[in-house]
Amino acid sequence: MNAFEYASPNTKEEAIQLLGGQWGETEVIAGGTDLVSLMKNFGTTPKRIVDIKKIEEFQGADYISGSGLRLGAVLTLAELIEHSVIQRVYPSLVQAANGVRSQQIQSFGTVGGDFCQRPRCWYFRNGFGYFPKDESGQDLVREGENQYHSILGNSGPASFVSASTLAPPLIALAAQCRIFGDQGWHEVPADQFFIIPEQENQRETILKPNEILGEIIVPAADGLLNATYEVREKEALDWPLATASVALKLSAGKVEQARVVLGQVAPIPWRAVEAEQSLLGQTIDENSAALAGKAAVTGAHPLSKNGYKVQLARVAVKRAILNAALGGA
Amino acid sequence: MPEYKWPEKNDRRVLGHRLNRLDGRAKVTGKAKYNSDVKLSGMLYAKFLRCPHAHAKVISIDTSAAEKMSGVKAVRVIQGPGKEIQWALDDIAVVAAVDEAIAEDAIRQIVVQYEKLPHLVNEDDLSKAGEHMKPPSDQVKGDPDQAFKEADIVIEGEYGIPVITHCCLEPHGQVIDWKDDSMTVYQSTQNVSGMANQYAQPLEMPAANISIIQDHVGGGYGSKFGADSWGLETARLAKDTGRPVRNFLERDVELFVAGTRPSGFAKIKAGAKQDGTLVAWQAESWGTSGLGGGGISMQVLPYVINPPNVRKKHTGIATNTGPARAWRAPNHPQTCWLTFAALDDLAAKLNMNPFDFYVKNLKLTERSELYLKELKKAAELMGWREKWHSRNQQTAGPVKQGLGLAFHTWGGRGHDSTVRLVIDPDGSVSLSAGTQDIGTGTTTVIAMVAAETFGLPVNAIKVNVGRSPDYPRSGPSGGSTTVGGVCAATRRACQLALEEFYPKVAPALGAEPSQLETAGGRIQVKGNPFKNLSWNKAAARLGVTPLEVTGKNISASRRASDGKLIDSGVGGVQMAEVLVDTETGVVKMKKFVAVQDCGLIVNEKLAESQVYGALIMGISSALTEERVMDERTGTLLNGEMEFYKLAGLGDIGQLVVHMWKDLEQDRRGVIGLGEPPVISPVAAIGNAVANAIGVRVPRAPFIPRRVLAALQNKGGLFA
Repeated sequence: MNAFEYASPNTKEEAIQLLGGQWGETEVIAGGTDLVSLMKNFGTTPKRIVDIKKIEEFQGADYISGSGLRLGAVLTLAELIEHSVIQRVYPSLVQAANGVRSQQIQSFGTVGGDFCQRPRCWYFRNGFGYFPKDESGQDLVREGENQYHSILGNSGPASFVSASTLAPPLIALAAQCRIFGDQGWHEVPADQFFIIPEQENQRETILKPNEILGEIIVPAADGLLNATYEVREKEALDWPLATASVALKLSAGKVEQARVVLGQVAPIPWRAVEAEQSLLGQTIDENSAALAGKAAVTGAHPLSKNGYKVQLARVAVKRAILNAALGGA
Repeated sequence: MPEYKWPEKNDRRVLGHRLNRLDGRAKVTGKAKYNSDVKLSGMLYAKFLRCPHAHAKVISIDTSAAEKMSGVKAVRVIQGPGKEIQWALDDIAVVAAVDEAIAEDAIRQIVVQYEKLPHLVNEDDLSKAGEHMKPPSDQVKGDPDQAFKEADIVIEGEYGIPVITHCCLEPHGQVIDWKDDSMTVYQSTQNVSGMANQYAQPLEMPAANISIIQDHVGGGYGSKFGADSWGLETARLAKDTGRPVRNFLERDVELFVAGTRPSGFAKIKAGAKQDGTLVAWQAESWGTSGLGGGGISMQVLPYVINPPNVRKKHTGIATNTGPARAWRAPNHPQTCWLTFAALDDLAAKLNMNPFDFYVKNLKLTERSELYLKELKKAAELMGWREKWHSRNQQTAGPVKQGLGLAFHTWGGRGHDSTVRLVIDPDGSVSLSAGTQDIGTGTTTVIAMVAAETFGLPVNAIKVNVGRSPDYPRSGPSGGSTTVGGVCAATRRACQLALEEFYPKVAPALGAEPSQLETAGGRIQVKGNPFKNLSWNKAAARLGVTPLEVTGKNISASRRASDGKLIDSGVGGVQMAEVLVDTETGVVKMKKFVAVQDCGLIVNEKLAESQVYGALIMGISSALTEERVMDERTGTLLNGEMEFYKLAGLGDIGQLVVHMWKDLEQDRRGVIGLGEPPVISPVAAIGNAVANAIGVRVPRAPFIPRRVLAALQNKGGLFA
């Protein structure tokens, strides 16, 4: 790790002033569970880190019945998990956060940090670059050890998977990201917050280097059936192999609205529009859920060793739908 | 000379009881200090510059910038120009600096030019091994060709188990304090008494001047016997700088160069008669231990069961990877899996319940009666008869239940050990041995044997371990040899001490020394317990001179008069019940039964704990553990504990441990236990998976990718 300057501003305006215009020049820190390990591996070498935990506007969680939920970016996963309203109204969020399976990460890791964490790609983490290549310029991932890499959205140079745990349920719940920058606040739907990078100097979100994800707004979800299902190799701390989050609105037993989002299968949380469409007007049963699962992986492009993830994604979608509609976690 | 033996089972006061380990509280409260916790005044931190390439020649090295850095006290080149480096992360140079950060910065200032050379880091695909194949060795017994012709049923299959690592939570390392003509080494080791000599010759320092200190060790599993190249370099830095130097390996280095277990792959053919009698076995195996080739040992393949007609051939594959080290029961877990997987497939093709198949073939083992008893007990604890179904009668629903079994063997005879026993005139009792408690409870069992012999409470016994040369020599903790070694040496020391002690006490009781015995904190006259002296009053009879004796367990010069304190050779049967999600390929442990013999059980709770720990380790290697190497770059991809996946408690399922402790076992004396129960889990679990889903997953660990591939008939070793 290189030496760096540490700043801990009290206001969001100060924080923005402290951030630089280039990625990597400065970094925002909240829980630090990802950033510190990246810095140790020289995955990023900021000259300054800006701690946003003291900024009150980025803290806490508020729920207003009929209006919805506000999650501060520095809310920890543990605080989210323990929130009784979130448990009741947004079970998909709590199920996802529980999947983190590390009390240390749940206690320190934050909602904003979950959205902004970097890919876990083991080539990237071992210093082979963002779009890992060997000295001859040959892509290391596509014919290499890609068992945990992407099956969707991987036609460009990025083949890692988005590491975010909370984005799939939050996108399914139609959340909005509130971003603070030098022009003040602006808002984007959570499913537009993530991008598939095409250039080495990009990152995985629309944030600019001097912008901060300050809070996330989740619409009211009364009557919205929602669930997250993870396929995991280990019950203990581990990255899931594939996840699905769904939010369903039923009217007279038939699906009126559906959102289906896959995690850990693409460089971004993957909105499975085909799956959503396949559900509309259907009653939820094993068959319609399985068909949605099939639709969810339309266009999947597995790499040499990760074809199995197509099947896992299908099953995750099916089970998330059944869990949402029929209860269970 | 007293007759050395254990008290009769019914006469024991301490042995066999379920005592908590003596260091348990210190460990869970953090009071226990490991050598990686040692901080000495003025201590420097060593960091090694490591080769990023799997195979390369060092062309040039420039350390000048590092040497000029403030806070850097020494820079040493370990492998300079001209040296051929054979695996990534091998050490090139080392820096000692006043803190870890400066040392880390300094090694990044060292400029090395390499000429990259071709490498091979994955050995699973024999067709790609080429010139990395070592000359094969082969063996033939009986007439396998004829036997296969005469067999009614023959199966052929490919099976494999990859390289895994020891993954000690406390990495390898040491703090070395070199003072003039002597040095003190605080090393994380399984080999306290054997360490000084490994430093002495290369450093040209008399072994007698080298002290080894270790109170606790955070895992070894067979990987911590040596001083290691990094230990010698740390010593040289301490000498060069005149200051203590600390070196503990980083996690990726720990996983890659400080201990791996050899891989084993095999094409196996096995044949049986219609009644299940195994008649022929053929295996072409390969694997790697690193640059030397190696891989699993053909000597224990087939494992435990020895068919009359056998042909085997093994090819070591030289890979540019960190060298293998002994891993808890070397070779056995791998060959147990290869053997029992193939035989389980044979039993399935015979349409036989594997239990019956193995019972039929127990005559081909060395301890058929014991295995039979243990098989029956394990079956009872598992509910094998009620739960078992054939492969083609799968349970309903997407999640399939299955059962599998395997059994194993190990030696475990006590190693050479010397224990010094002192009884002070104030009655205090201390025992000292240059052994180590690697988490197995060595300290506790020494105290229990002494407490048993002296009729004292365990907390009246002080046990000192982990010092050399201050304490008498004891063997390295490998091969499950420690418990037998220290228990026999302790029992002898205690019995010898009583031989000297009784004559000093007898006059005060008006009795002959031979009439005395110990009981309940007293020395008393046999048959007349009212004639007694408390232990402390008896000790006062020693006058001003403590009573000091040494007890030895020496394997080379065993005599009949040494008595039956220890023995060698155990069995052990294990059964797994798994649930396999056929939609996701996820394998979950439901229940695991281990029936284990180990002679006389010194402490039943610690014995069970050894088995629990072994099962968890074995389950981990069955479900998730695997070293992942990138062939293109020749580097380790999962050199951390995020993707080097160890099972957690949620992955373990229900563990049922049954210690086999009939009188026959008890009379054998003490036998080591650390290794045997880690052998069977992969085989038992792999067979349970096959039983659940109806097809063989041929390669461990049984991760979703491989399970799904097997279900889609795309199995094979490379799924």
